[in-house]
Amino acid sequence: MSSETKQILTTDGIPLEVSLKKAERKNKIKAFLLVAPLLLFLIITYVFPIGDMLLRSVDDKMVTQMLPKTFKAMENWDGQELPEEEVFAAFHEDFLKLVEEKREGKLSTQLNYTKNGFKSIIKKLRRASKKFEEGNYKEQIMSVHKRWADVEYWRAIKRRAPEVTSQKYLKAMDMYKNEDGNIVSVEEDRRIHRVLWLRTLEIAFFVTVFCFLMAYPIAHLLATLPMKYSNLLMICVLLPFWTSLLVRTASWMILLQQQGVVNDFFVWTGLVADDNRPEMMYNKTGSYVAMTQILLPFMVLPLYSVMKTISPSLMRAGKSLGGTPFVAFWKVYFPLTIPGIGAGCLLVFILAIGYYITPALVGGASGTLISNQIAFHMKSTLDWSFASAMGLMLLSGVLVIYWLYNKIVGIDNIKLG
Amino acid sequence: MSKQKDFVKFENVDKSYDGKVLVVKNLQLDIAEGEFITMLGPSGSGKTTCLMMLAGFETPTNGEIYLGGKAISSIPPHKRGIGMVFQNYALFPHMTVYENLAFPLRVRKIPKDEADKKIDKALSMVSLQGFASRMPGQLSGGQQQRVAVARSLVFDPQLVLMDEPLGALDKNLRESMQYEIKHIHESIGVTVVYVTHDQSEALTMSNRIAVFNDGKVQQLSSPDELYEKPVNSFVAEFIGENNTFTGEVSDISGGKCKVKLANAEIMANPISVKSKGERTKVSLRPERALINPKDKMDNIHNGKIEEVIYHGDHTRVRINLLGNSEFILKVPNSSANLDIKLGNEIKIGWNSEDARALDPK
Repeated sequence: MSSETKQILTTDGIPLEVSLKKAERKNKIKAFLLVAPLLLFLIITYVFPIGDMLLRSVDDKMVTQMLPKTFKAMENWDGQELPEEEVFAAFHEDFLKLVEEKREGKLSTQLNYTKNGFKSIIKKLRRASKKFEEGNYKEQIMSVHKRWADVEYWRAIKRRAPEVTSQKYLKAMDMYKNEDGNIVSVEEDRRIHRVLWLRTLEIAFFVTVFCFLMAYPIAHLLATLPMKYSNLLMICVLLPFWTSLLVRTASWMILLQQQGVVNDFFVWTGLVADDNRPEMMYNKTGSYVAMTQILLPFMVLPLYSVMKTISPSLMRAGKSLGGTPFVAFWKVYFPLTIPGIGAGCLLVFILAIGYYITPALVGGASGTLISNQIAFHMKSTLDWSFASAMGLMLLSGVLVIYWLYNKIVGIDNIKLG
Repeated sequence: MSKQKDFVKFENVDKSYDGKVLVVKNLQLDIAEGEFITMLGPSGSGKTTCLMMLAGFETPTNGEIYLGGKAISSIPPHKRGIGMVFQNYALFPHMTVYENLAFPLRVRKIPKDEADKKIDKALSMVSLQGFASRMPGQLSGGQQQRVAVARSLVFDPQLVLMDEPLGALDKNLRESMQYEIKHIHESIGVTVVYVTHDQSEALTMSNRIAVFNDGKVQQLSSPDELYEKPVNSFVAEFIGENNTFTGEVSDISGGKCKVKLANAEIMANPISVKSKGERTKVSLRPERALINPKDKMDNIHNGKIEEVIYHGDHTRVRINLLGNSEFILKVPNSSANLDIKLGNEIKIGWNSEDARALDPK
């Protein structure tokens, strides 16, 4: 820089740079204030609940708070043999307080989650504790029931000392921490969640594939037909969008049930015997059919918006340069639609992986997904922390897919319309 | 190498899209090998349809097209071996320049080292060496157009079709590209069929021009003939500037005719009039009419200057002459034509040979 730069002043003597910045800051604040309500809305409805979910899913303060003195006394216990008198004394003290507050039932439920058999011995302890004499609580408690003299049960209590736990997450993977602190799987016949996770992935994957296979030709047709036909077709694609999800699912129930329209048609054409009607509902087939139909527009629209921008002269160029129609399609047209394919597949897969109402209604036992399990724990067992854990696992699964997609295709390649 | 006279031949070709209107009517056209032929016409005149039929993207409703003596109507586009340059370049946006050029070679299964040589040659032909690894989106419009030209030539086609390839470029670039394409054509001797609606483009580039209107070839001839000797009033008006007088033939003899206008009579060259009493439109190029002619000319009339427009190298003068107030004259600025002032009366003269009495349209 050889030329001397002179500071430019505005008419009132303030350097131009300064007054420009001032004006820009004002604009920035204005712009921020405009988006502030939305930001606040997002924080309240999105960031806060997810954060709460995360906390709830690992939260295990209840037992920690019920037995504070016990856990303090247990700090020096190595867990090899029965704890010393001071632990028993602390436990007695905590327990008396709980009985006073009538909360010993909750304790028994919580401890029962960790190890079966606590319920009855806590009841017995409550009754017996009324006649306890001061001093030597170890002897007195152990004499209530033989399990109180079993070191396993004391270890179980100690396992509940930390305020946070990964137990819910392990449970969602059909695993648990055993007495030695190792993570092991539950017995084969009690593994229900892994099957559900796999089924969720499987159904989401195949629904995406089916949607893609059906949507690609439709989107191509939409993009190439003359306006008057393509508008009509577009309405046909969008019409389901304007109908309630519940209505659409219910109409699939009418169509697919054993005495339903589709089965009647099959029988009428002689494809199947009247006494051998196939089950197309309350199983995976039902979930596949209904979810594919419902999610189809989410695949058609991104594909259409991408295909619309591809000039027909490109295909012509491909052909005139000597490519067969297939080569021209595969080398020229198809690569140009990848952004649309990516967007559509991502959208459908993510929607499908968390789908709830449709599989609940038409899925039956073999067609339900993990989200139905989450709903079940939210509404029926009221084990919200477990539901939260599964919800978060679903969310992080989606994020992993998003990350993978970004690695492979690139997220800026995506085109939603 | 003997050049084929009818390398491309349109024989009685009709084309209709809706079964009601013929957009191409009974087209007869022979194109010689190595020729640069331009299809020129207003939009909707059927020129692009002809090109698309030749390329194979449209099929003729009637008639047959021959390429090198073979009927090609039933051959799909990818087997015709015709290079094509599209209006909006149609470069594959997801491929580099190199891959774009390699596409026609790859589908022909040409070995890589040979293909590389061809690509290098084609790129140097359009002076774009060093751009092979660019994406089309990183190139300017002119560069993209050159790539498109290179791509249409890289597989050594016998015939190259160009569909208004310069339409999207600005004026200066368009002119320099015109010369560039013309030079490429001259150096490799490929047959080119070029479609445009820009007459100056057609005049500068072509060996022959086919003027299309209303689905028909109005005139097929060399650029100078097209300009100097239009055969009908459409061509006369479409190509270049034109002064017209409408009237009735009052006498015809010895290669000349008298045309009676509203209030005067002029001498003209009977082109499409045969007998007395026919209506006619007389066409005269502006540069063929002179001010204060010194030679003896058989048409000398007085007119009044209505408008003078300065154009740098020449001045356009609008004159009210014989009842035609749109009569245009082009006066070179070198000559000291001092009489050219608004409102002056001047003498205008021209030879009857240059005033072509055409159809009344």
